[in-house]
Amino acid sequence: MAKDIFVYIDHFQGEALPASWEAVGAARSLAESLGGDVAAILVGENVGDLAEQAIQYGADKALHVEDASLADFRPEPFSSIVAKIASDADVLLMPTSGRTRELAAMVGVDLDTGVIPDVIEMDTADGAIMAIRPIYAGKLLSKVTIPVNRPQILTLRSRAFPKPEPDSNRSGAVEGVEVEIEQPVTEVTGYGETEAGVSLSDAAVIVSGGRGTANNPDLEPPADITDEKEQEIWRAQQGFKLIGELADVLGGAVGASRAAVDAGYIPYSHQVGQTGKVVSPDLYIAAGISGAIQHLAGMRTAKTIVAINKDPDAPIFKLARFGVVGDLFDVLPPLTEELKNR
Amino acid sequence: MNIVVCVKQTPDTAATVTVEGGEVSWGDAPLVLNPWDEYAVEEALQIKEEHGGQVTALSLGPEDAQEALKQSLAMGCDQAILISDPAFAGLDTLQVSKVLAAAIEKVGDPDLVLFGRSSVDSDTGITGTQVARRLGFPSLILVSKVVSLDPAGGKIEVERMLEEGRQQVAGPLPAVLSVVKEINEPRYPSFMGIRKASKAEIPIWSGADLGISDDLSAAVHWPEIIAPPKIETEVEMIEGDTAEEKAKKLAQRLAEEKVI
Repeated sequence: MAKDIFVYIDHFQGEALPASWEAVGAARSLAESLGGDVAAILVGENVGDLAEQAIQYGADKALHVEDASLADFRPEPFSSIVAKIASDADVLLMPTSGRTRELAAMVGVDLDTGVIPDVIEMDTADGAIMAIRPIYAGKLLSKVTIPVNRPQILTLRSRAFPKPEPDSNRSGAVEGVEVEIEQPVTEVTGYGETEAGVSLSDAAVIVSGGRGTANNPDLEPPADITDEKEQEIWRAQQGFKLIGELADVLGGAVGASRAAVDAGYIPYSHQVGQTGKVVSPDLYIAAGISGAIQHLAGMRTAKTIVAINKDPDAPIFKLARFGVVGDLFDVLPPLTEELKNR
Repeated sequence: MNIVVCVKQTPDTAATVTVEGGEVSWGDAPLVLNPWDEYAVEEALQIKEEHGGQVTALSLGPEDAQEALKQSLAMGCDQAILISDPAFAGLDTLQVSKVLAAAIEKVGDPDLVLFGRSSVDSDTGITGTQVARRLGFPSLILVSKVVSLDPAGGKIEVERMLEEGRQQVAGPLPAVLSVVKEINEPRYPSFMGIRKASKAEIPIWSGADLGISDDLSAAVHWPEIIAPPKIETEVEMIEGDTAEEKAKKLAQRLAEEKVI
């Protein structure tokens, strides 16, 4: 009998990452070619609801481990639990996140097997998975496989695999699993303010700003800002306000180029590119971004790219489906207005 | 504080990377200290400046991969060691972490092991955590700030940058950290530092030096590296006399193409 295909459901504050359900969907497709059932693994404090959801999204069974000490993810105890549950498995899938990067890494060591992070495509050949993952921030792709060691551990990049529609009529076994839980060595002492809005990795629409956001000499900074650098940052923030308004209308996230981040216009968590986040939205609107190679590497797989730039020779236009030569301060407000009415 | 910082030599991020006959090529772009690792080196130096101690830079690579270590020395690391052995070619993170863990143990009694968040070439971001697992140290990745460090009490508290926002975590030393760009502003090597680094003889540790006698074979194989499919796109320039007109036309085209 073919072995179960395991999927680890990553979750944060009671909600599963959308990419967790994408991984369940990908596991279903694998089950079709490799055989076996799809078994979801849930670890946390109260994950019974999520286990039920995993069934609705396509798992045949859901195994959950619950304990008060597991309220906050810590890689050490979580890995030991997952390694015990999946020790005989052939395949262990996870969504890609900061948590699963640690989890996959440790389970790989515990089970002496390979880990393939950031997978964007999968196929099977001779019972093994052949995966594709970007290297050099997507400038190249690598075909990757784990020929001998088991399980094959893969983390799937957000939005690379379709998210299945939940079916409330699906049924499956939800089982609590008793395993020994080790005491975590680290303690989560607090959470900073969660970034408002949609996460870049999950966003279907991203509106990004670059150097051009500061480029509006008509804007007069308040009199109490006298420092030239601070005036520039203030101007850029007005530009990013317009970008944020457009992103809001489209239900999207705000991105930025490295130049904008390095100049202090916007926090690093918004940076798209080789040294920021690699994103793959349906629509990417680049406003006032010229398109350095490092930035293009981070967003080239967006389905539709729109470039708005004053410079008609900006490299970003070479990758764009639609281009507007113009100042973002002139183009964005009427565009936001227009899209609001649609 | 005995600090070990693990660094890698990579092509510059501005390089145009291509694949020719199955081999990755970055033209004549320079090989540099992996940009993420600059932040790890800087953080190690800042911690040393505050708490005293010694910073050792370790790098695994071919025998001529000295550039990353030279730059680490030029920035101010006390010593640099290259780990190189023909048997180490083509290893995956599972085996690289075994080699690095052995090298860190040979350096001896680290309080802190630092990594950049990932390397800009293979970009897996998992090696540091695997080293932590092998050494039995806690793994704290994606650190954007060291909130407090108490070497005598053996404690560290950090702020990490997760997808959902920031998280503060406290744990015991020794620990393995990977750092993100927000943590600091890497210094430029001083003239004296560059001179010192250019004269430095970097010791090379082989598998035998590390007591690694078992046959290391990678669990992960990468049979083929390919160029991403060319994006066939003909840009459609939206024309108009005013910005309003262009905005209106753009919205219309996006709707027609069912983008929105």
